[in-house]
Amino acid sequence: MLANQIGYYSLISGLLLSFLLCGVSIKDLNSSSKRINQKILSLSFLQLVFVIVSFLSLILSFINSDFSNETVFNNSHTTKPLFYKISGTWGNHEGSLLLWLLVLTLFIFLFLIKSKEQPKKYRILTLLFQQIIIIGFFLFVLMTSNPFNYLFPIPSEGLGLNPILQDPALAIHPPILYLGYVGTSIIFSSSLAAVTQNYVSREWGQHIKKWVLLSWIFLTIGIMLGSIWAYYELGWGGFWFWDPVENVSLMPWLTLTALLHCIIVLERRNALTSWVVILSIATFTLSMCGTFLVRSGILNSVHTFANDPARGIFILIFLFVLIVLSLGIFFLFHRENKNNSNNFFWLSRETAILLNNWFMMYFLSVVLIGTVYPIFLDVISSEKISVGPPFYQKLIVPFLIPFLFFMSLGPRLKWIKSKIENKNSLIVTFIISVILTFFIIKNLTTDLLFYTVLVSAAFFLFFTTLKELFVKKFNNIAQTVAHFGFSLLVLSILFNSILSSEIITNIKVGEKYNYSKGKIFFKKIEERQESNFKSIIAYFEIKNTSGKIVELKPEIRIYNQPVIITSEADIKTTLLEDKFLVMNLVKGNEYFNIRYQIKPFMIWIWISVLLISLGGLMSLFKKRYEK
Amino acid sequence: MKNKFSIIVIIFFLIFCFGIFYKGLDNSNIYAPKIKDKKNIPIFKAKDFNSNIYINSEKIFKEDTFYIVNIWASWCVPCRTEHPLLMVLSKNHSAKLIGLNYRDNLNNAKKFIKELGNPYSQILIDSDGILSVEFGAYGVPETFIIDKNKRIIRKFIGPINKEIVEEIKLIIK
Repeated sequence: MLANQIGYYSLISGLLLSFLLCGVSIKDLNSSSKRINQKILSLSFLQLVFVIVSFLSLILSFINSDFSNETVFNNSHTTKPLFYKISGTWGNHEGSLLLWLLVLTLFIFLFLIKSKEQPKKYRILTLLFQQIIIIGFFLFVLMTSNPFNYLFPIPSEGLGLNPILQDPALAIHPPILYLGYVGTSIIFSSSLAAVTQNYVSREWGQHIKKWVLLSWIFLTIGIMLGSIWAYYELGWGGFWFWDPVENVSLMPWLTLTALLHCIIVLERRNALTSWVVILSIATFTLSMCGTFLVRSGILNSVHTFANDPARGIFILIFLFVLIVLSLGIFFLFHRENKNNSNNFFWLSRETAILLNNWFMMYFLSVVLIGTVYPIFLDVISSEKISVGPPFYQKLIVPFLIPFLFFMSLGPRLKWIKSKIENKNSLIVTFIISVILTFFIIKNLTTDLLFYTVLVSAAFFLFFTTLKELFVKKFNNIAQTVAHFGFSLLVLSILFNSILSSEIITNIKVGEKYNYSKGKIFFKKIEERQESNFKSIIAYFEIKNTSGKIVELKPEIRIYNQPVIITSEADIKTTLLEDKFLVMNLVKGNEYFNIRYQIKPFMIWIWISVLLISLGGLMSLFKKRYEK
Repeated sequence: MKNKFSIIVIIFFLIFCFGIFYKGLDNSNIYAPKIKDKKNIPIFKAKDFNSNIYINSEKIFKEDTFYIVNIWASWCVPCRTEHPLLMVLSKNHSAKLIGLNYRDNLNNAKKFIKELGNPYSQILIDSDGILSVEFGAYGVPETFIIDKNKRIIRKFIGPINKEIVEEIKLIIK
């Protein structure tokens, strides 16, 4: 009750502080002093404190199961474990927006502390642009999705949190993803500020690169956590479904990756300024667009019926205001650097990076069209379609071949003007890759030619980066680690999809099922009562042809609040493969439907994503850029 | 000149996108698929909500009357919003409204009905959700219209609204 009031009024105070901050900043912008007004820093800190207080009071309401709060009532239940009560705070619409606000205010405060050597006007303008975003979110929260709505009479029990969201990976997935999303807001604000000040330069590139890297790392890990959750919890045995919600997180990642590479060119050669600015704008706009698409319910998803059109309209208008504002600023203020022309020599590092950009743009447009096209079609011709994985695979996978190839060569090129060195060793590596691939692939697939080319391109990158790691003098280790991680990722995904096998059958307790490579034995079932669900655990023994026995215990959970049945897969992970068993109830209850999957190299997918992020992390902590 | 042109193109493109998204929002995601071959309703046995006794579907659905089957659950928030409209529909006597209580806790469901009123002439319990799947449901809430030949002639995915109520009234006239 009290927490509710405190939370609500802190939010309002935070909003008022935003206006105050804008006022003080504009005044300071015109003052002659060289240093930024100390008041601005204190006010920004105060704003952060208010949002933290508001967030903590919502957490407190969740911990106390205070059902006089509508958000708590809709998303919590007294029998829920404490951990999920807390994570429930940001598992819903209202709370997640509060988290957005928290990260927005936190990042702008950090930006102000960390940018002391930067020009004063640039810092203040960044703050102003960021405050526009912050005000927008404050208004959005207060007007359409207040997390502190009061319910009377106070309900005795809450409606519960969707059980599939009660998962440790999903509890930390949103905060980390948001750190990435919202980090892009700083890039957005500061690039706009830099454009107005004509400061898109080498110095700015060095300074903003830290933020780009930081957002990029969080976004990468955030996407991976979501993917791990989908793999463990949804029980479909896949890790990426090209679901609109997933695509929406992938799109800013693609532009951010392109931006990361552009920044390097900016930092080294003071070129590609338009690219940098446009990508900065695009990244944040796509993050916002993602929030719009997911939060407004405009996407046709089978399980989201409850939405409030007012929310959608608010974000839509806000989104377009930001787009128009940023493009307006870009066209009015941006001047391409004349003396340092963008005419690159065809064989140089910068050309390779430019090429990378165009690939990223291509991948982006595929994902964007696949995600948005159904909405357009629905509005124009009221036809309902859904775009599935084959569309993305057909359009993206073939283009990976040249992409991987250029990725192996690009980083070996020198800046400004280059020629390919060590041609012989490259050719040898390439031939080894092709031969190796041919012998691995030969018996595995029908589409021999295509897969041989694709996998050898991946192996080529794998070997060249591996060689770089061991042979070269670690001069650009961050980049090499990240690229090595990417080659490993592509290889793991490819072999995973080529070598996966699955068995689906109905089986009852005590029965044995023989398949071509072994036996599945359904030993027994056991029932257990937990605080918020009842679980049925099945014991399976799987014996393969070499006589090795694996025990798997998939589970069916019947949650009490709300009553939902979920299947928990049991997964045995080894370095080489995952064994994945999931079961479902069949009508009549005597038989269970089981799905047994062997998924090779699953763990390497996660490891390689971690390697990619590690590359980013190394670059972040590197003291000075190598000469 | 070229610059101006590109600005105008961008502005028009943005307006177009805004318009599409705006309309897309307006287009509720209530989704009424066209049913091509009219399916007969499944034959089943289900527990009655009040008496807890199993009833055969033949006894529930009789020829010569329209039926409206509504899938609902107490934990489903949109069901709460469509409930008043179901109450309106229940006053129309040319069709019988059958509720299908989907994967629910019986006590919560009874509280729900007590609180918001009972529009249904009969409620069946679908505790494991299988019956709803047999009807061809995608989620909760969902509403099916069954004609005098026991065939599903129309279904509405998502909570019903005023327009749908009018449409249903026209169909069952």
